[in-house]
Amino acid sequence: MNGKNPYLPYPVRIEKITVETDDRNLKSFKLTFLRKEDEEAFQYTPGQFAELSLAGKGEIPIGIASSPTERGHLLFTVNKAGVVTQALHEMDEGEIMGVRGPLGKGFPLDRFEGKNVVFIGGGFAFTTLRSTIQYMLDPQNRSRFGEITVIYGARRPGLLLYKETLKEWESKQDIQTHFTVDAGEEGWKGRVGFVPAVTEEVAPSSKEAFAIVCGPPIMIKFTMPVLTKLGFTPEQIIMSLENRMKCGIGICGKCNTGPKYVCKDGPVFTMAELNQIPAEY
Amino acid sequence: MLPSRGKTGRRGYMVMEAKILAKKDLSGFLDGLRGKGFQLWGPARAEGEVEFGLLGPGVEPELNCGNPRVSPKAMVFPQSERMFVFKAERGKEDSFILKEVGEEGSASLAFGIRPCDARAFLILDKVFLVQGAMEDPYYKRKRQRMLLVGLGCNWPCSTCFCHWTGGRPFSREGLDLLMTDLGDRFLMEAVSEGGKGLLETWDLGQASPKDLEEGRELAQKALQMMGPGLDPSPIRKKPLLGVFGDAYWERVHEPCIKCGTCTFLCPTCSCFDIQDEVRGPCGLRGRNWDSCMFPLTTLHASGHNPRPTGKERFRQRFMHKLRYFQDDFDTIMCVGCGRCVQYCPVNIDIREIIRELSA
Repeated sequence: MNGKNPYLPYPVRIEKITVETDDRNLKSFKLTFLRKEDEEAFQYTPGQFAELSLAGKGEIPIGIASSPTERGHLLFTVNKAGVVTQALHEMDEGEIMGVRGPLGKGFPLDRFEGKNVVFIGGGFAFTTLRSTIQYMLDPQNRSRFGEITVIYGARRPGLLLYKETLKEWESKQDIQTHFTVDAGEEGWKGRVGFVPAVTEEVAPSSKEAFAIVCGPPIMIKFTMPVLTKLGFTPEQIIMSLENRMKCGIGICGKCNTGPKYVCKDGPVFTMAELNQIPAEY
Repeated sequence: MLPSRGKTGRRGYMVMEAKILAKKDLSGFLDGLRGKGFQLWGPARAEGEVEFGLLGPGVEPELNCGNPRVSPKAMVFPQSERMFVFKAERGKEDSFILKEVGEEGSASLAFGIRPCDARAFLILDKVFLVQGAMEDPYYKRKRQRMLLVGLGCNWPCSTCFCHWTGGRPFSREGLDLLMTDLGDRFLMEAVSEGGKGLLETWDLGQASPKDLEEGRELAQKALQMMGPGLDPSPIRKKPLLGVFGDAYWERVHEPCIKCGTCTFLCPTCSCFDIQDEVRGPCGLRGRNWDSCMFPLTTLHASGHNPRPTGKERFRQRFMHKLRYFQDDFDTIMCVGCGRCVQYCPVNIDIREIIRELSA
């Protein structure tokens, strides 16, 4: 964190803005630190998040989409939804903004070692999954993990994120990808079908495996029974919550859910952990 | 960290020195404290009500009333607090760069704080300070430089229930000095080095064994007046989702209008929101008290709200105070000050909820 004040953001420059989806509601912001020492202080793991800060508008908690192995910048993919995200979408490359973090606990990578990992993502909840997959695929890390399977879906092809990265993964031998859309379009060569149905068809083995599930509530609701059928126990299913947050460090109380604070105890939880607390997320 | 206080056990705080302050000397004593550079806070009359606020020169504390309506938490956690300022003009070199507001200020002293409110600071400490590296610097700055001079409660109110929460009407926990009203004089018992230092402000007489005995009797009498207590720890022993899912919540929340009065007057409620404000060329980022009673507190940008109706918000307030906080910190988030009972417009009584959940 930034010196002695955990509320003070690091200044960063918007290096590059990419429009991710054809409805233009999702943009990715590639950010670089103004000060080298800030970049060094910002040591994160996949699954953590940060507060993006626009002075005069406010802060928003957003999952980090880049991997720590992609050095020199941070990547955040932001849906245009509220005051701050609206203002962020109107920013230009080269402008200065703030980043506060890294916050929360990321995915338990140490527990993934030697195990197969199945990523199941839907829509724009794919951001920290991108981070984790890129991290695991890094030549320095790849041998520590077993098979990597990715099932990723969107309503239509134009709404899939990170199209260049997806193409790269498709061409690789050490990762199995299954990209799907709810409704196909001309030129779409991938699958057509909902994520839960594709999961059932792909039928990833639950043996020595973890499943990471991030997506809209409706996708999660119908994917869970499929995973259970495939033999995944609640300890093997991992999710990431998105409560409203302000401080990000377990003080302001907004994300309190049972005895947990999503910002500091999460946002990553196993299904077994979530089964112990009220479903107020 | 915080100045160490003379703790000798869970309840006992060792008295290091005991003196007597004649009531006629009170103004002089307070001026002496002001002269030492303390910013003085205490129960003061404001708009017909007694509120815990600043005691400027010449302002006498109201020591003969019950607990003031507004609690002392604002001493360390103001209702609105600036965190950063910035230039809000485009094109300037340092435009929109946040600068920390470094309000060092003077040391503060709470005079005549009731023992329940003093214990509330120990609860706030758990929230704002015991987070490993994530301490709240705004809170810590003020809390570190603060002394608490308590006033024992000779006449607990009918809404008081500190003894349900581990407190006592003459508890010394969290205090630097405890005063006992002996009629024409105060017994002044220092329980920390800081409190001992305060006794040197004025030429005070030594307390006699009779004064001490009188103080002990008042403390016993006050506790007796409060009747039997109730231990809220059984709430923790039940399955969490069982308490959460209890049908009791369906009916108990119904009268509540979600006005938030209870959360704002509560000395331990500490939820806040962070907001940016721009006026002309000046911008600030600050925090304001928030309340679990309000739907906006948890509303997602997507429109989804994890606590969509009054029932869930009402339940959150009590589950957080009585159950989740026990799981996290071994104590309930309540000191029994009774403000929420006294000022609730629809007479919701947290004691009834504790009783129901403990049963």
